[in-house]
Amino acid sequence: MLESIQLNKSFGKLKVLDGVSVRMQAGQAVSFIGPNGSGKTTFIKCLLGLVIPDSGDVTMNGEHILGNWDYRRHIGYMPQIGRYPDHIRVGQLFDMIQEIRRGTFQQVDDDLMRAFEVDTFAHKTMRTLSGGTRQKVSACLAFMFDPAVLILDEPTAGLDPLSSEILKEKVLAEKAKGKLTLLTSHILSDLDELTTDVLYIMEGKVLFYQPIEQLKAQTGEDKLHRAIANVMKQQATA
Amino acid sequence: MKSIEQEIAPEIRFATMQHTTSKSPAAGNPIFRIIKYVLYDILQNRIVIGYTLFLLAVSMGLFGLSDDPTKGLISLLNIVLIVTPLVSVVFATIHFYNAGEFIELLAAQPIRRGVIVWSQFLGLVIALLIAVLLGIGIPIALYTPTATGLSLLAAAMGLTIVFIALALLASVFTRDKAKGIGVALLLWFYFALLYDALVLFILFSFADYPLEKATLILAALNPIDLARVVVLLQMDISALMGYTGALFREWLGSSWGIVSAMGILLLWAVAPMLLAVRVFRKKDL
Repeated sequence: MLESIQLNKSFGKLKVLDGVSVRMQAGQAVSFIGPNGSGKTTFIKCLLGLVIPDSGDVTMNGEHILGNWDYRRHIGYMPQIGRYPDHIRVGQLFDMIQEIRRGTFQQVDDDLMRAFEVDTFAHKTMRTLSGGTRQKVSACLAFMFDPAVLILDEPTAGLDPLSSEILKEKVLAEKAKGKLTLLTSHILSDLDELTTDVLYIMEGKVLFYQPIEQLKAQTGEDKLHRAIANVMKQQATA
Repeated sequence: MKSIEQEIAPEIRFATMQHTTSKSPAAGNPIFRIIKYVLYDILQNRIVIGYTLFLLAVSMGLFGLSDDPTKGLISLLNIVLIVTPLVSVVFATIHFYNAGEFIELLAAQPIRRGVIVWSQFLGLVIALLIAVLLGIGIPIALYTPTATGLSLLAAAMGLTIVFIALALLASVFTRDKAKGIGVALLLWFYFALLYDALVLFILFSFADYPLEKATLILAALNPIDLARVVVLLQMDISALMGYTGALFREWLGSSWGIVSAMGILLLWAVAPMLLAVRVFRKKDL
């Protein structure tokens, strides 16, 4: 349902995405893995239309998304660092986003809002929130409109273990409903339970993109982090 | 509707959702839904209140100092021509950079990029026009509620809008906040100070040639000059009108001069904004 075709993007002389072609289907949970600065976040931002690729194309259900905007109603995005206006209160932020998206969604999914007990900090301004609480706000926003595609950039970074579990449960529940989930994380053990497919990006190129079972079988490891470490070692020696 | 939606498999539901909701237009223009929050964000800023009080103090002071409100008006004109562009361009630039997070958040929502820029622009325009209306409008209403007073108010409002538009144009071009503010200040410096020197230089250098048309065009190329012409045409003080003002009146007559000058001033706001929206559509966030 979501496909990128030969995406290229450079920032100045730095080539961040180099011919990235990936096809993702509903029901998949794709983990983007790669070293820092490998282009994961830029790729995600291209899918969202936040970064405009130099060349290449992105389609969603066969429709081109470049220069389009309406498709974003089907996407829930949790940014790596959730940055929000300082003076706005959490409750106001939720109201605002709901108001902006009015008419593009059926109903508000408040599972996470209840699980994270948003009521207890809804009156606080964004500036006073801790990093973890901010992550909770980002997560609530991403899941709020029951989107068909979830894009979660480092979702568990900064979350306490309990909240992290709540979020993972929610991702699994949505995956079971047939959503497409895209994830990045440096905590591979977090991804292990959620992922169906691994997309390994290095220096803007897709090194491999395959089901997690296949990857584990190939490397002879039963944990994702070991399998990835194995691959990276092979990379280093090759 | 809801129960049907829940029973259908997600993928089918997704397909139907796209069909049913994309046809029903979202109630109200999203720009107006966003402006509310932009305004709320701006009005939290104490600078707007300080600016209002400053304008109020200066206008009241100038009108209070002289018995003749026309003299006060002329002094106020000189201050308005310098201060409103400066504050508008700097404040708008700083605001746009500070709103970076907000803009990024909005850009990930199902709305047009253009909506984001226009809502920021209109939010800034409303906030700063309120400041001008309170700070200059009230004293003018009290001391000299004449057509001349009104034209000064209109000039101040026009300049505010123009320089907000120029600030947003400078902001979408530069990624770095310091650079953006630098460009904004340069724009102000150019239009408020440098331009007149250049015009004088040109007039002196080509004094042997007929320069009427050229001078008119030169005035139209500077929004601050245009604002000055608007007020001075209304004041009808030939001595103060300057070369361009006299020409405007000679060519167009007072009322047509004012209308055309205001029209060109409006163009100075619309053109930079249209360009800013074009650039912002292609900008990486």
